[in-house]
Amino acid sequence: MKHIISPTDLTVSELSDILELAEEIIQNPKKYANVCHGKKLATLFYEPSTRTRLSFEAAMLNLGGSILGFSSADSSSASKGESVADTIRVVSSYADICAIRHPKEGAPYVASIHSSIPVINAGDGGHNHPTQTLTDLLTIKNLKGRLDNLTVGFCGDLKFGRTVHSLINAMVRYDNIKFILISPDELKIPAYLRDEVLIANNISFKEVKVLEEVMPELDLLYMTRVQKERFFNEEDYIRLKDAFILDAKKMTYAKEDMLVLHPLPRVNEISTEIDNDPRAVYFKQAEYGVYARMALIMKLLEVE
Amino acid sequence: MMLNIGGLSQGVVIDHIKAGGAMKIYTYLNLENLDYSVAIIKNAKSNQMGKKDIIKIEGSLKDIDLDILGVLDHNITLNIIENGTIIEKKNPKLPEHVTNVIKCKNPRCITSVERDLPHSFKLTDKVNCVYRCIYCEQAFERR
Repeated sequence: MKHIISPTDLTVSELSDILELAEEIIQNPKKYANVCHGKKLATLFYEPSTRTRLSFEAAMLNLGGSILGFSSADSSSASKGESVADTIRVVSSYADICAIRHPKEGAPYVASIHSSIPVINAGDGGHNHPTQTLTDLLTIKNLKGRLDNLTVGFCGDLKFGRTVHSLINAMVRYDNIKFILISPDELKIPAYLRDEVLIANNISFKEVKVLEEVMPELDLLYMTRVQKERFFNEEDYIRLKDAFILDAKKMTYAKEDMLVLHPLPRVNEISTEIDNDPRAVYFKQAEYGVYARMALIMKLLEVE
Repeated sequence: MMLNIGGLSQGVVIDHIKAGGAMKIYTYLNLENLDYSVAIIKNAKSNQMGKKDIIKIEGSLKDIDLDILGVLDHNITLNIIENGTIIEKKNPKLPEHVTNVIKCKNPRCITSVERDLPHSFKLTDKVNCVYRCIYCEQAFERR
C-alpha cells in the first residue's frame, strides 16, 4: 500500500505510468467509467476548498466509485478535539482510499502512519500539494508533449507559493530543465529551495524582476498570485504589482507555443483579456486535475 | 567531592560550545537530574571562536547520550578523559534520526496541535548539520 504525501513520493517511472494512464483516460473515459465500482473515497477536508475537493469527488464518481466525507473541521469530530490519528483509524474501516486536506503541515503524513488505506495529501498548509503538481505535470506533458528540455518561468509570489516549490522539486528530475524565476526581491524562492534543490542539483536558473524581458525565452509561464498582505507597505505593493500582471501586451513577446499555467484561483494577476488566447491553458489545467486524480486513485487502489 | 576544574580524573570536557549555549546543553543532557559533578565555564577566551562555553563532567558517562550534542551544536568537541589524561578527542556523531530531543517551532506544524505526537527530526544535510521535522520538513533552528 502506497501513500502520496509529497510530490516526490512518486518516482519518475511511477509518475510516468500515472501520466500515461491519465492520457489514456482522456482519450477513452468510457473505458474507465466503472473500474472503481464498489470502492469508496473519503474526502477529509479540515479546511474549505472548492476545486480540489470537487476535483477528487468528480474523479471518483467518473470511475464509478462512491464518495463520503466532510468539507470543514466544524462538521467533523475534529471540532470535539479528535486527533488526526484517531480519525483516520476510524475512516480506514469506512472507505477504501482517502484524500485529506488540513491546515497543519504534516497532518496527512500523520494520517498515513495510522491508516490502513492509501492516503493522498490534498494540501497541508503551505507545505505540499502533490495532486496539484500531478495536474501541472499532466497539463505540460499533454499539451507540450514532453517534460524535459523546457525553459519554465515562474512569476509572482515564489516565496510562499507551495505549488511553485512542489513543481520545481518535481521538474528538476527531468533533463535539461531551465528555470527563470520572476518576482520582486521580497517574494523570491526560499533559500533552502535555491541551495538544496537548484544549486545542489546543478540546475540552470536565473532570478529576474521584469517579466517582459524574459518572455521570449519561455516555453511555459507558471503564474501565481501576488498578495497585498505579503508586502511590508502599500507603496511597494503598488509599485511592484503591475510588473507581475500578465496582459495581452506582454503576451505579444511570448513564443507562439508558450503555455500559461496557473493553479487558480486567479484574482487580477492574469488579465481576463487573454483568457481566449490559445496559449492560456489554466482552465484546461483545472480539467486535467480530474484526470490526474482518476489515474492516481486507480494506481493506489491497484485497479486496472 | 570538590570538582577540580583544572583537570578531571575521569569524565568528559565538552569544548567549543558556542558562547551562551552551555545551559541549553546542560538541560538537554538532563544533568540537573543526574548525580555528576559538573562545571560550566561561560565566555572562556578562544583563539578560534573569540568566546566559547565549556562544560566539564566528572564521572563515568554511561547515563549520558553525547550524540545529542551534534544536533544542538555541531562545532562541539568532546575530550574523553580517563586516569587524568585525554584518551580521545572527537566530534559528536550526527544521529540520522532524533526523537523528542528538539522540538519543532513551526506554529503551522501538526506537532503544535496533535496530542502525543513525538517530535521527530531527520538529518537532511550532513555538511551543514541540518535537521528537518519529519512532518512539516521545517529545518530546526538552533538560535
